[in-house]
Amino acid sequence: MDTAELIRLGVYGTSILLILIGLYAVLTKKSLIKIIIGLSIIDGGIHLLLIGIGYVKGGTAPIFSPGSEDAVARMVDPVPQALVLTAIVIGFGVTAVALSLIIRLYRHHNTLNIDEIKNLKW
Amino acid sequence: MKKAIVIFFLAVFGYFMAITFLSPEFEADRNRNGVKDFYLEKTVSDLKTANTVTAIVVNFRGFDTLGEVTVLFLAATALGSILFKKRHHIGERTVLYPASTIVGSGAKLIFPAIILLGAYVFIHGHLTPGGGFQGGTIIATGFLLMLISYRNFSISHNILSVIESLAGILFVVFGFMGLIYGGSFLENFMGTGILNDLFSGGVIPVIYILVGFKVAAELTGLIYTILHEKG
Repeated sequence: MDTAELIRLGVYGTSILLILIGLYAVLTKKSLIKIIIGLSIIDGGIHLLLIGIGYVKGGTAPIFSPGSEDAVARMVDPVPQALVLTAIVIGFGVTAVALSLIIRLYRHHNTLNIDEIKNLKW
Repeated sequence: MKKAIVIFFLAVFGYFMAITFLSPEFEADRNRNGVKDFYLEKTVSDLKTANTVTAIVVNFRGFDTLGEVTVLFLAATALGSILFKKRHHIGERTVLYPASTIVGSGAKLIFPAIILLGAYVFIHGHLTPGGGFQGGTIIATGFLLMLISYRNFSISHNILSVIESLAGILFVVFGFMGLIYGGSFLENFMGTGILNDLFSGGVIPVIYILVGFKVAAELTGLIYTILHEKG
């Protein structure tokens, strides 16, 4: 197994592991805050996976600077990076709205345990 | 029992994800027909922008960015409406621990530097890594530092709304100017200049500066709303 394959295994393995850890937290934890943390971990895993897909062996950042015009062939794929930039912002918005809903739920029920929040009425 | 089911489900899911992404076929096809080369070439030849990611976010996928900014605006609005309570609660801070003199003086000292760094990041978004979203976030962290250091530090919600709305409206105005002068919505209608110049890339730096102002105002308003939330 050569180095490139090890890097590939490491990046994909880490991102898939992060997604699984986040899903585990979302599915089994009782505290709403921990569920939101799990969602954020899933976000991070997906971002790492997308960036990893765009990687080129020995690649550089897709930014042109004076004196290095020959670097075009080594540049990594900029499209996943742009998409991840969008995804980070959307993930931030989702987290903010979810946390505000949790504040509202806590104000009404005085608990964050989802087993104790039984009624659907606020 | 429930945990065992969850772990079994996650193991199956992880196995199929792993064999998809680690297969040799995926690795071989990964960069074959990418739009990468098209974007890298067009960024230099047509747009004269150094940062390809910025060129994609603001120009090639400009409409997408307009939607993204709208989503952020909607998140800030939803947060405000979900947390809305009687007006007389506003002004009392949930976090009431007084900051020490060291924290206060340090925050005052470092605050202008943070704002300057944020402005630098979004003004140079088309030349160096960074851009409107990142710069706006840096500026918002500066305001967060001041808000947690000084209990009576207040920001006018009206000024924030004006900055945010103005930036959003100007973004759409530039889009329509592209429609009028260039032929399509958010078309790059201004002269593109020389590569690696501060005034290059046509409409890209203008739009990214507007995005920077909008994100900074939105995030500051968001932090302010949450900090003044009283349980």
